[in-house]
Amino acid sequence: MEAVAEAAAPSPALRNSPKMTSRKTDVYYGESQALRDVDLDIGENQVTSLIGPSGCGKSTFLRCLNRMNDVIDGCRVEGEITLDGIDVYRSGLDVVQLRARVGMVFQKPNPFPKSIYDNIAYGPRLHGIAESKSELDDIVELSLSRAGLWEEVKDRLTSPGTGLSGGQQQRLCIARAIAVNPEVILMDEPCSALDPIATAKIEELIDELRQNFTIVIVTHSMQQAARVSQKTAFFHLGNLVEVGDTEQLFTNPRDERTQGYITGRFG
Amino acid sequence: MNSFLLIAILLVLASVGYQFGQRRARSVSGGHPSTLHSRPQYYGFYVALWCGIPSVLLMALWLILEPHVAEWMLISNLPEDIQSLPEDRLSLLLNDVKNLASGNIVSREVDASLQAAADGYASVRQIGNAAMTVVAIAIAVLGLAFARKRISPELRARNLVERTVSVLMIIASTIAILTTIGIVMSLLFEAMRFFARVPWYEFLFGLEWSPQTALRADQVGASGAFGAIPLFAGTLLITFIAMCVAVPIGLFSAIYMSEYAPQRMRAIVKPMLEILAGVPTVVYGFFAALTVAPFIRRTGESLGMTVSSESALAAGVVMGIMIIPFVSSLSDDVMNAVPRALRDGAFALGATKSETIKQVIFPAALPGIVGSLLLAMSRAIGETMIVVMAAGLAANLTADPLEAVTTVTVQIVTLLVGDQEFDSAKTLAAFALGLVLFAVTLTLNVIALNVVRRYREKYD
Repeated sequence: MEAVAEAAAPSPALRNSPKMTSRKTDVYYGESQALRDVDLDIGENQVTSLIGPSGCGKSTFLRCLNRMNDVIDGCRVEGEITLDGIDVYRSGLDVVQLRARVGMVFQKPNPFPKSIYDNIAYGPRLHGIAESKSELDDIVELSLSRAGLWEEVKDRLTSPGTGLSGGQQQRLCIARAIAVNPEVILMDEPCSALDPIATAKIEELIDELRQNFTIVIVTHSMQQAARVSQKTAFFHLGNLVEVGDTEQLFTNPRDERTQGYITGRFG
Repeated sequence: MNSFLLIAILLVLASVGYQFGQRRARSVSGGHPSTLHSRPQYYGFYVALWCGIPSVLLMALWLILEPHVAEWMLISNLPEDIQSLPEDRLSLLLNDVKNLASGNIVSREVDASLQAAADGYASVRQIGNAAMTVVAIAIAVLGLAFARKRISPELRARNLVERTVSVLMIIASTIAILTTIGIVMSLLFEAMRFFARVPWYEFLFGLEWSPQTALRADQVGASGAFGAIPLFAGTLLITFIAMCVAVPIGLFSAIYMSEYAPQRMRAIVKPMLEILAGVPTVVYGFFAALTVAPFIRRTGESLGMTVSSESALAAGVVMGIMIIPFVSSLSDDVMNAVPRALRDGAFALGATKSETIKQVIFPAALPGIVGSLLLAMSRAIGETMIVVMAAGLAANLTADPLEAVTTVTVQIVTLLVGDQEFDSAKTLAAFALGLVLFAVTLTLNVIALNVVRRYREKYD
């Protein structure tokens, strides 16, 4: 298949060795196959965006990267997905450890019904990252600052996280994810429930976070993919059709289906 | 003609009216039902309502007024000397006349004037009923004709029908509310009669319960005491034991069902647990009295303790088993209602299943769980049959679960069972107890429902 050939070809976007790789990944929900033979490299300290029409398997692929599909009944993953060269589906691998290294932000902001402080402190407490209360305070402040939320909430850390606006909630969720200091952050359409201003803030944030984290983002907005990502992968009907530098993929797609999707002929 | 037959005839008339109305609507539309304001069915309902409601109203009015009118006519037909009898004797006589008229047993000798009065009464009622039947059917037919005549393409039949239906629904719900108010009122008035005899502070704060009233001052056992504290304490003790059983078992099974059990398992286990709620309480009662209580006594004796054969422990444990499904089923529902997104959020941060449950799902579901516990508690406080059979009658003021205690509900039952005079403090005390019980369970229910509702608002 052409997709395989493309993924295997050295891409100029891959200056560093890939942080995560996927080889011959198939995903099944019960009898139906959701992903077919996906080969994809995710470069370190890069933003990789996954685009494609609804139901093309891009979210499924994202959820494979930190094994969030484990909780879905009847979901089966075959092939190989590695993080720093280690197979994440290897038996005996601790899922808790994996998810501490590969964090996730969801489509709809989902703050816990706790205070803003406790929302951020949840992960560090879980993994015993902070030695003392003051260290935990520092982590909370740092995470909120990195998510660009500190100035807005520093005076009301004890008020409930669910009381924030949608955009603030989503930044809270990003802060919550980076509080455990992961290496990779997965974002599943993080702006689809937000207004344009909040979206712009999150996009700005993603661009800053790239310096410290590897980011994979699923998005329905091709403008967003073009704005925030360095590398783009186009999924269609469970196949990885094309992957390449974002600029190249949007200006000069190699595959006819990619061309059709980005020019709005289907999807 | 009896009223059931009349109602059947009215129903038939109404359905005929429905057909007429529909057909009429189609014909006035000239074969184009789309030119009508409403769909033809609504014109049918419009005619049916005009046909049914006025005649049913008339019937209801008649059923309320008829006995009074007939009685008034009966009295005015009686001889002068009987009419001047005192009230109570007159009403006895009237009763006999009515019994004679309907062919029942009469308590005095039947003389000619009595027979004449009875015959007169029977004929008045017969004529009245016949007249009512005719009038009701006539009104129905008139209503049908009137409504049918009014049908035109401009008639807003849908709006009229829907308004009428909503009024009918308001009436139905008002009846339910008025009944509740009626129950509360009767409790309240009887309780006030009790408090006229026994001061309320003595009832609420007295430490001794011995509900007897003497006929004579020198009678043995005339030492009536109406201090309800031992009953409240007994109720609380048994409720406490029941909650100790039901809360852990119910919550753990709820957590298992909502979080750990596979779908198929849940589909089997949940209905099975709910069967517990369907077991008649009288069955729990003899289970407690004949199985659990002797078992506890034997066990206690083998450990060298004295256990009463009707212990609070036995009643409380069995009551706890009874309310398990209230706790488990409702808690399971609220935990299931916690959005999937919250679970995913916790999992994505590397929380294990048990950490997610403890730190995210349980706190998020807590208001609903508290609501379910309060509902279970109000159920336990008001439960009667188990405690009647297993808790005993002695009003001991004790916190020892191995002794016999009694509860508010048990005392209400014993005070009212059998032939009782309704003017002694002993019997009236039951109403005062009932009022307290009602107030407590009502408060618990209101709090529980509020808590549950606030929780639901948050996530739906």
